[in-house]
Amino acid sequence: MTRLAKWYMQFDDDEKQKLIEEVHAVVTVRDAKHTNFVEFRNFKIIYRRYAGLYFCICVDVTDNNLAYLEGIHNFVEVLNEYFHNVCELDLVFNFYKVYTVVDEMFLAGEIRETSQTKVLKQLLMLQSLE
Amino acid sequence: MPAVSKGDGMRGLAVFISDIRNCKSKEAEIKRINKELANIRSKFKGDKALDGYSKKKYVCKLLFIFLLGHDIDFGHMEAVNLLSSNKYTEKQIGYLFISVLVNSNSELIRLINNAIKNDLSSRNPTFMCLALHCIANVGSREMAEAFASEIPRILVAGDTMDSVKQSAALCLLRLYKTSPDLVLMGEWTSRVVHLLNDQHMGVVTAAISLITCLSQKNPDEFKTCVSLAVSRLSRIVSSASTDLQDYTYYFVPAPWLSCKLLRLLQCYPPPEDGAVKGRLVECLETILNKAQEPPKSKKVQHSNAKNAILFEAISLIIHYDSEPNLLVRACNQLGQFLQHRETNLRYLALESMCTLASSEFSHEAVKTHIETVINALKTERDVSVRQRAADLLYAMCDRSNAKQIVAEMLSYLETADYSIREEMVLKVAILAEKYAVDYSWYVDTILNLIRIAGDYVSEEVWYRVIQIVINRDDVQGYAAKTVFEALQAPACHENMVKVGGYILGEFGNLIAGDPRSSPLVQFNLLHSKFHLCSVPTRALLLSAYIKFINLFPETKATIQEVLRCDSQIRNSDVELQQRAVEYLKLSSIASTDVLATVLEEMPPFPERESSILAKLKKKKGPGAVSVTELEDSKREGGELNGGGDRGPDTSAMSASNAVSRHSVTSNLSYVFQSTPSPSADLLGIRSSAPAGTAPASAGNLLVDVFSEAGPAAPSAAVNDDGFLRFVCKNNGVLFENQLLQIGIKSEYRQNLGRMYLFYGNKTSVQFASFTTSVSCPGELQSHILSLNVQTKQVEPLVEGGAQIQQVLNIECLTDFSDAPLLNIKFRYGGALQNLTLKLPVTINKFFQPTEMSSHDFFQRWKQLSQPQQEAQKIFKANHSMDTEVLKAKLLGLGTALLDNVDPNPENYVCAGVIQTKGQQVGCLLRLEPNAQAQMYRLTLRCSKDSVSRRLCELLAEQF
Repeated sequence: MTRLAKWYMQFDDDEKQKLIEEVHAVVTVRDAKHTNFVEFRNFKIIYRRYAGLYFCICVDVTDNNLAYLEGIHNFVEVLNEYFHNVCELDLVFNFYKVYTVVDEMFLAGEIRETSQTKVLKQLLMLQSLE
Repeated sequence: MPAVSKGDGMRGLAVFISDIRNCKSKEAEIKRINKELANIRSKFKGDKALDGYSKKKYVCKLLFIFLLGHDIDFGHMEAVNLLSSNKYTEKQIGYLFISVLVNSNSELIRLINNAIKNDLSSRNPTFMCLALHCIANVGSREMAEAFASEIPRILVAGDTMDSVKQSAALCLLRLYKTSPDLVLMGEWTSRVVHLLNDQHMGVVTAAISLITCLSQKNPDEFKTCVSLAVSRLSRIVSSASTDLQDYTYYFVPAPWLSCKLLRLLQCYPPPEDGAVKGRLVECLETILNKAQEPPKSKKVQHSNAKNAILFEAISLIIHYDSEPNLLVRACNQLGQFLQHRETNLRYLALESMCTLASSEFSHEAVKTHIETVINALKTERDVSVRQRAADLLYAMCDRSNAKQIVAEMLSYLETADYSIREEMVLKVAILAEKYAVDYSWYVDTILNLIRIAGDYVSEEVWYRVIQIVINRDDVQGYAAKTVFEALQAPACHENMVKVGGYILGEFGNLIAGDPRSSPLVQFNLLHSKFHLCSVPTRALLLSAYIKFINLFPETKATIQEVLRCDSQIRNSDVELQQRAVEYLKLSSIASTDVLATVLEEMPPFPERESSILAKLKKKKGPGAVSVTELEDSKREGGELNGGGDRGPDTSAMSASNAVSRHSVTSNLSYVFQSTPSPSADLLGIRSSAPAGTAPASAGNLLVDVFSEAGPAAPSAAVNDDGFLRFVCKNNGVLFENQLLQIGIKSEYRQNLGRMYLFYGNKTSVQFASFTTSVSCPGELQSHILSLNVQTKQVEPLVEGGAQIQQVLNIECLTDFSDAPLLNIKFRYGGALQNLTLKLPVTINKFFQPTEMSSHDFFQRWKQLSQPQQEAQKIFKANHSMDTEVLKAKLLGLGTALLDNVDPNPENYVCAGVIQTKGQQVGCLLRLEPNAQAQMYRLTLRCSKDSVSRRLCELLAEQF
């Protein structure tokens, strides 16, 4: 089950669905002793598992693996702070807010902001708006 | 700290989501969704105007339903309305709906653009960011047209808020990536570079992605970024772990920004300015030093962030490839990681070391880790790590360690994962060839390869071993002996049979002295495998048998018996049947001299790049095989000693000898002999089977296809490039471009002809509306009749990679000079392709050869003495004047080549009768070469003057 997907390249809906299924198949078979990286088509997927949730980023093969791996963790820490001990349900019920968090931290497929303090301050400010 | 409670703000939404989650079945969920859709539809259609809150709530519900995987076909207008709300939460939902649902081509884009324009000029940073994020997420061309000039202004304006600058930079990046032509460089570009100096680290982080992308495309315009990046990096690297506060991540200062700065520097060569370079080297040293310091935290986040920078720094060091000291230090650092307990680090170290191995400064340092890497290949649990280990072994291989590495890779192959076997096989084959000092080792290695992983040994690999054995006579006897032994195994791989058949057929004589491998033993051994093999292998074996008859006359009776048996001579496979029949006939009627000529040993292959290497490159995609590998193979080219390849997917060894046609039909096309083989026609065996060379074009096909197919180019001009090549031959490739290959195969008898046209789609895309028509211009209409063209119309669709066939029946009513035209139309990716070709139907095709004595010839020659009956031309030789070539051409013409007729043995005389429906035209031909002057004199005398003229025209172009 995919809770949220964000696309930075053009795909039609069928292609998106196919990609989601492929990513799922590639990532979920791997065990904890494996690397957090897996080749995927002409790209690579960098992923990290938190309880039952996988966070995956698909990047160019030349991109820096560890930087994106920590990019995921940084994002997860922001979610955790924002939702006060985030759990999967928070992401389900507040899916539209999660998109906002993503856009604050990643835009156009690139890292936009890495400071947790700055992101949370901005999210808090938006939260206060009507 | 902020907190969010479940679904606050929109209670109805939370209830709906709960309902969906409580559904016990898919049906229940669909029912609930349909109910909700009906409800929302009625609200949107209702008379009562909805307030912003309700609109937001319903649009959000629709979005949720869409994300569950259901189609949404309404609500777009309501979402667009939300954009003009002045409440953030409403606007946000509107933008979100659009970003997720709106297809970039949608009509709605124009309406949206209006709202975006308002928000961009609102001076409200929150609204500006929403609008910029929407553009960055949708990234359509319409948006680029509308905003590509506005966004740079926002980005560099002095009064723009930091958060807006961040969004604007990345928004511009997206537009540049989707529509680079619309983002014009200008005065803003230099100011963008200076964002590297911005106080706000977030702005630098966002801007540097834009700058990196722009620098890659316009390096000169942005080169000032180098010194700015170095000084920024230097400030970060030398800062204490707490200096950067918000941007310190687990005690590592600004890890992401550091990585991006190091990445930006990889767009450029090392800085020329000594001071800048010194500062940069200092940074790189500091990063390497920090890797040795005790960690400030035990958390993996700390080490990951630190190592992210380290790996990026190593990439830069490798990119510069000019600092031996740094390269060796990098290598040592990676060596430590090879044994790290974290799988990620072992993986990345192997990957990074692979590039280090290609630097001359660090190649030796990398080699010291060979044992660790071999161990990784054997023990790593994650196949992707083992794969990297194999890559690294391949990269660090040189003459000193080749035997060890190849042996390790071979032993690994026995248990290797299926997913990487093929690549491993290619690598072993390449290394074995590249570093073979002693070719018996090479042969052993390849035969082992076939034994261990036969299924993964591609054609290229076994072609190659044969090419090499053929080209090196010092290994031929050993190869024959080894393959003979390998074939003793009761179950051996079909590829082994192929190699065995070929090598024994060529060099079986070298081991025939030993009674244990006498000719009959060899033959029986090969033939014992015959019935288990596929058709192409059987075809190859049949060719080996005929070669045996030549090598060992004592096997002739046994082999003829095999050829004669029903399962061969009446085989349902045309190729096998034809070979059996032809070989049987050949062995019965040809003299030993002729046999020896036809079946002589294959000539050496021309030296070229290994086809295996080409295959590996193709497999891994461009750039994946390091450049040094190519250089290596050039550097060591002298020792390659191998043969060449004649295109990656043709039967490389079948080209030069018409009889040993080990045909392997290529995947794409029906391939033909491109030059008529002198011996083929002598023996009356027209090459009617797929054989020979096909142009290799896979490499840049994709690019070329697009450049060709860009604007539709209906080419109405008649293409007659191929026409003249077919005067003296009947089969071959008539036409070929990036999309289409047209092959023809034709046969003529008396005044009738049949032509098979093969249309091969070379692309992976379907051709639509494929139609062909044949027309006979002018008076030709009444001279040639083309029947059946309409009844045998081709299929309108030609799938990618497919080939279709069309048959054309031709009847020659009277003599003619023009050629029929073939028009082909089809759609490729929407563009109409239109092509007209001259079909190579020429008057000489209807020749019947006439044998006659010298006396008869000159008597008739004198009878045809009226001036208009003779046509003569003196011309310069355009092609080889080699006797065999000339003979082959004259035979291809269709006439009889008469020996001992002309008093001058250098001259050629031919005789034939052209058969038309109404009459027969007798023709005599004399060709007098003058080798010294490189000239010819061609004389034709025919009973009909128009035929003399036409034949003279046609033939003058052939020599």
